[in-house]
Amino acid sequence: MPFVNWLKRHLVVIAGLVTLAYLLLPNIIVTVFSFNKPKGRFNYEWQQFSLDAWKDPCGVSDLCGSLSVSLQIAFWATLGATLLGTLIAFALVRYRFRARGAVNSLIFLPMAMPEVVMAASLLTLFLNMGAQLGFWTILIAHIMFCLSFVVTAVKARVMSMDPKLEEAARDLYAGPFQTFVRVTLPIAAPGIAAGALLAFALSFDDFIITNFNAGSTVTFPMFVWGSAQRGTPVQINVIGTAMFIVAVLFVLISVVIGNRRNRQKA
Amino acid sequence: MSTLTEAPPPLAPGAPESKPPKRRGRFTPYWLLLPGILWLVVFFALPMIYQASTSVQTGSLETGYKVTWHFATYWDALSAYWPQFVRSVLYAGTATILCLLLGYPLAYLIAFRAGRWRNLIMILVIAPFFTSFLIRTLAWKTILADGGPLVGALNSLHVLDVTSWLGLTAGDRVLATPLAVICGLTYNFLPFMILPLYTSLERIDGRLHEAAGDLYARPWTTFRKVTFPLSMPGVVSGTLLTFIPATGDYVNADLLGSTDTRMVGNVIQTQFLRVLDYPTAAALSFILMAAILLMVTFYIRRSGTEDLV
Repeated sequence: MPFVNWLKRHLVVIAGLVTLAYLLLPNIIVTVFSFNKPKGRFNYEWQQFSLDAWKDPCGVSDLCGSLSVSLQIAFWATLGATLLGTLIAFALVRYRFRARGAVNSLIFLPMAMPEVVMAASLLTLFLNMGAQLGFWTILIAHIMFCLSFVVTAVKARVMSMDPKLEEAARDLYAGPFQTFVRVTLPIAAPGIAAGALLAFALSFDDFIITNFNAGSTVTFPMFVWGSAQRGTPVQINVIGTAMFIVAVLFVLISVVIGNRRNRQKA
Repeated sequence: MSTLTEAPPPLAPGAPESKPPKRRGRFTPYWLLLPGILWLVVFFALPMIYQASTSVQTGSLETGYKVTWHFATYWDALSAYWPQFVRSVLYAGTATILCLLLGYPLAYLIAFRAGRWRNLIMILVIAPFFTSFLIRTLAWKTILADGGPLVGALNSLHVLDVTSWLGLTAGDRVLATPLAVICGLTYNFLPFMILPLYTSLERIDGRLHEAAGDLYARPWTTFRKVTFPLSMPGVVSGTLLTFIPATGDYVNADLLGSTDTRMVGNVIQTQFLRVLDYPTAAALSFILMAAILLMVTFYIRRSGTEDLV
């Protein structure tokens, strides 16, 4: 039975591709339905092809406003979390200090906590302090939960660095600052970039923690959530599709550049 | 994002992570740690204490709340909402097992069989992340729509008869049933299973497979005795990364489920943001946190990978 043998040999590949299809199916639906012209308020059933939404992506009130709020929060949260996280990562890898275990657990716990618990407890803090919920409380929350992910990403990179490179720089009379800027930072940069990218993605897409601590500020995920109740405009799909394309192009370009660089080195 | 997929480097022997070299500047590490740790203490640890205190307060929004050590709130919350707790654990557990079953072949494919397609598949696994997960979850409403092609196919294959017998679906519908919620949870957390699995599979030395083959092990035996045990760290962290957020999730239950599929996250959200019953909400959230920490600790002990953390 050649067919059965072929099936046996490629079973893993087939199963893996089925999973990949499962992962990508919703994205395909989102893209296809960005060209839909729905009859009612909800965009769940295919009616007819139309480019209306693509021609006017900001045509729904508050949609682009919420997008800009999300981008601003994601930008500042990424900056804050990357800065604080990188410092912690360097301290953890490069220095011996007391309370190392406590620091490690404090960094691990936010990643091992259901979002709803962090969201609810942070809200009790803000309520008790009488803080005004809005842009700043969202930003504080986002820096908090992105921090641990940045630490993990940067730590992995710094740990793999050969300390001899820095020793060599010092032997060649580079001061501590020069060593850091000219040797340490360039080597750690991919880890820091990965951490920053992760922080941006996490912050931009966060819903649960934001929903608890946003007050009347509306981020893009909150706009989508609200529209699931009121009626989903096609423009949501347009934005979702555009984000997907930009992300894939961004990754593809960075892979191509990386490959070319490797080839040049070789 | 790429560090999630890169295998952490092997540690140099004699220089384990716990003992980095000593440096000049006794206080330098503390200065480096200070801002970030302070942030986590004030906005992560302190809120937990506030939450614990809120859970034993009584009062109302008008008269204000006071700490009265009213532990009965916990009992009341548990007896009122235990079905939602059980449901959360069941749904999240099922979704985690499905993620493992679906994710393992794909992680294996990327690690050993993809060849030059490896980067492309990796990008396709990560890329959906960049479309808001709420939009993607809403797309499941279309996929699972009543009378849609998928539901029709499942119906004619009599799959829905089996799932309704199991209590997962009702009649000809998939939407607004437990099956839809589990399907959404599985979909949303699948990448969190695939990435750690891939990391630990990729680290396995290919020569071990050859050695197993040379010793007359069949492919399945090689997998059972060599590959799977070596991928255990990935299995453990993948299941944790899937199970923990899935238990607290309320988005899938809200968008794809009905009032009969409410999970504990839905209750906490409603109590906190709509009913404004803060003590009950805080107690529920505290119970969820304690339950998760207990389960995770037990699981990590049992699986013998304590160095994971």
